[in-house]
Amino acid sequence: MKTIPIEVMRYRPEQDDKPWWQKFDLPYTDDMSVLQGLLAIKDDFDGSLSLRWTCRMAICGSCGVMINGKPKLGCKTFLRDYAPGGLRVEALAHFPIERDLVVNIEDFIEKLERVTPYIVPKEPRTLEQGEYLQTPHQLEQFEQFSSCINCLLCYAACPQYGLNDKFVGPAALALLHRYNADSRDGAQQERMQVVNAKEGVWSCTAVGYCSEVCPKGVDPANAVNQNKVASAKDYFLRFVAPKGGAR
Amino acid sequence: MRKPYVRPMTGWWKRDPFFVVYMWREATSLAVAAYAIVLVVGVLRLAQGQAAFDGWLQALRSWPSILFHLVLLAAMVIHAVSWFKIMPKTMPMMFVGGERVAGETITRAGFAAAVAAALALFVVAWMFKP
Repeated sequence: MKTIPIEVMRYRPEQDDKPWWQKFDLPYTDDMSVLQGLLAIKDDFDGSLSLRWTCRMAICGSCGVMINGKPKLGCKTFLRDYAPGGLRVEALAHFPIERDLVVNIEDFIEKLERVTPYIVPKEPRTLEQGEYLQTPHQLEQFEQFSSCINCLLCYAACPQYGLNDKFVGPAALALLHRYNADSRDGAQQERMQVVNAKEGVWSCTAVGYCSEVCPKGVDPANAVNQNKVASAKDYFLRFVAPKGGAR
Repeated sequence: MRKPYVRPMTGWWKRDPFFVVYMWREATSLAVAAYAIVLVVGVLRLAQGQAAFDGWLQALRSWPSILFHLVLLAAMVIHAVSWFKIMPKTMPMMFVGGERVAGETITRAGFAAAVAAALALFVVAWMFKP
């Protein structure tokens, strides 16, 4: 069986003051993903390695790691693409490392809650009134943004989030836009307060790497920047049409 | 036991070629500002009369000024190209005949508009050459 050199970033809070690299010569086959490689290390070389994973098919968004410095899903990346040179696997950038490849994502969960990530019906309908209808054009306004799997590769790609974790960040703002752009939703004004805040869309400097690394084609940079326009309109329109109680 | 490790951000912009290109895009915006200042000075000198304006024109023809403008031109090209590349991400979705316009089409339209504007300016400048 052929082997590939792989270095894995280790950090054990009980023993280590800072992360270090552990090297393996990993036997692999052409159909093995990086996630399978990490699980093989855990099974056959060092059972103390900690990592997150669930579905193995780019749906759950748990196995995001830095592979040779780039944010990727372990399950959607193949070992063969790094042969014969090898690869370095590190915990997702910009998040505090809890242990080995496991990062603390509480900060993102709090931000996700803040954007009201669900539909607040504009006109509540009873079951008897039937379903909400949408045209294909109305669907297209938000469909791509609904593909987000919360894998947080975009946060690992965003230097603004790395420099200031107050920034709401790409995925949470993309999901905010997914609901704001939905014709059935009526909570836009509530969400605009997150958009307009200093740590909202205006903390984005259009680096655009979030959209490059997204494994689901969500294009968070587009969602964030569309909301800069929305935020500017929201600011100037209140002079023309004041809304009672709006800030 | 919990002891979360936070990695430093020092030298973050050197970590990925994507960030280096981004930093060039941002840095070259200073060249855009510098050229705007050169033009504003020209307008101010024009308001002060012919002698002042001729002095400004004379200064533009000097070697240091030509060299400075070549550097500015190169920076402007970098800025324009990198901006048109990111432009589709900064715009609301565009639809033509019910179909969404692809990002690449928007980028190419930006390049075409920049080249057309530069050519038009060149032709006009050539026509009014003293």
